[in-house]
Amino acid sequence: MSAIVQFENVGLRYGLDSETLSDVSFSLNSGDFYFLTGSSGAGKTSLLKLLYLAQRPSRGVIRMFGEDVVTLPRKRLPGFRRRIGVVFQDFRLVPHLSAYDNIALPLRVAGMDEGEIDAPVSEMLNWVGLGDRGQARPATLSGGEQQRVAIARAVIGRPEILVADEPTGNVDADMARRLMTLFEALNRLGTTIVVATHDLPLMAQVASAQMMRLDKGRLADPTGALRYPPRPQGGA
Amino acid sequence: MARGNRRTAAAARHRLLPAGRVAGPMPWIIAIMMFLTVLAAAAGLGLGTAVRAMSADLAGRATVQVVEADTQQRDRLVVRVQQALRGNRDVRQVTPVPAATLAEQLRPWLGQDVASGDLPIPALIDVSLTPGDAKAKVDRLRRALAGLSPSLRVEPHAAFLAPLAGLLTAMGWLSGGLVLLMGLATGAVVVLAARGAHDSHRVTIEVLHLMGATDVQIARLFQRRIALDATMGGALGFSFATLVILVIGVRLSATGSQLMGAVALPWASWVLLAALPIAGILLSTLTGRWTVLRALRRSL
Repeated sequence: MSAIVQFENVGLRYGLDSETLSDVSFSLNSGDFYFLTGSSGAGKTSLLKLLYLAQRPSRGVIRMFGEDVVTLPRKRLPGFRRRIGVVFQDFRLVPHLSAYDNIALPLRVAGMDEGEIDAPVSEMLNWVGLGDRGQARPATLSGGEQQRVAIARAVIGRPEILVADEPTGNVDADMARRLMTLFEALNRLGTTIVVATHDLPLMAQVASAQMMRLDKGRLADPTGALRYPPRPQGGA
Repeated sequence: MARGNRRTAAAARHRLLPAGRVAGPMPWIIAIMMFLTVLAAAAGLGLGTAVRAMSADLAGRATVQVVEADTQQRDRLVVRVQQALRGNRDVRQVTPVPAATLAEQLRPWLGQDVASGDLPIPALIDVSLTPGDAKAKVDRLRRALAGLSPSLRVEPHAAFLAPLAGLLTAMGWLSGGLVLLMGLATGAVVVLAARGAHDSHRVTIEVLHLMGATDVQIARLFQRRIALDATMGGALGFSFATLVILVIGVRLSATGSQLMGAVALPWASWVLLAALPIAGILLSTLTGRWTVLRALRRSL
């Protein structure tokens, strides 16, 4: 398996505060499934921001799709971002757009012909159980429904990497299982999945998944195939 | 079918920003700006036309004053001057001003006695010069008439109205300056409105960015809204300004004044005025695009 993402000694600092992430090094293999866990404030969301290119690190190297994205010119970022699907913790649905238009957004941004948009969007709406709510605005949807729209929007463009921040936080157990099944299906199609979650039963559902645990901004105690740190610090 | 798809695609793209204007009062502000700009430009163009007409009319004309107190000598001198003028190659036409006309024009200042002949009034001869360097021709005329009598004075008409022409020219430049200032103010309004719109749609823009939208794709959304607002405002302002210009034109004609009548707008001026709203829309759209692109570049 080739590494689709590589972090080397990555540090992230907001303003003059102490580092939110320190010396984070890992690599994600193409087509693997990863859970990112850790207590609140451990830096999960910050790490995900680096993964979906919403933030550049303060130090270190991040390579994605074989290129150094830290020094990547700004104008090349859109092309990389189109290869990454994101499920935000706060959904970030566009409030004035219907569920249908929110889900269609990545396809329209990518310039897909309007005639080719309807079929996948309708299919995705049906899949997340919102076939009859396509024209509803986010404000009229429940939290769970909004989350399903957010997930449908993230996966509709068949991204190479799917990054999800607490994607099952607002849905019932049955929907959570269905969403995980969708993520696994995408994973089988080759999409690398990174899910930040606290939900242990959910993690247990995906047997093949590897786990990364963040503790106070540092990657620690990997229980899966990941090794952290790659070599013991101090050269013992 | 393809056109239908394109239309649907365009409509879908336009929905990415909320319906409605970029900023509520922007079309109205642009309408007011355009109204004032068109009026200022029309004033400038009208005054320019008047100055050109006046200059063309006056530059080639002069008056020969025969300042001689003795009536008989004056009349003889007038005849000799006319003969000399008619034989001069710089002179196109010679028209003596009738004494009665002169007396009529002086009556408000000198009273009824002006017609009695007791007051020594100079005789005037209007001279139209042939086309060319009017100043040189007037100088040659002065030299030619100097031999006839020392009581002859040649006054070019341009000299009489030079201060007025200067004032009109200055007002024309002032109008041009106002048009420029209005353009700058319109640009500033658009910059503020575009910044406001960018700030109020920050979340949507961030989502679009993270999905891979380019700056140009996002700027196009704002650009379209700004163009619509500018078109609305520009059309409104231009229509009202045109109405006002037409009314003023009718009023100027009604004065019967030759000077006021010269303040006219030929068709070329109307073409220039009609180009102002188009220039305003272009200016607003490009300024809006530039503002949004600059704001977007500050984010990752």
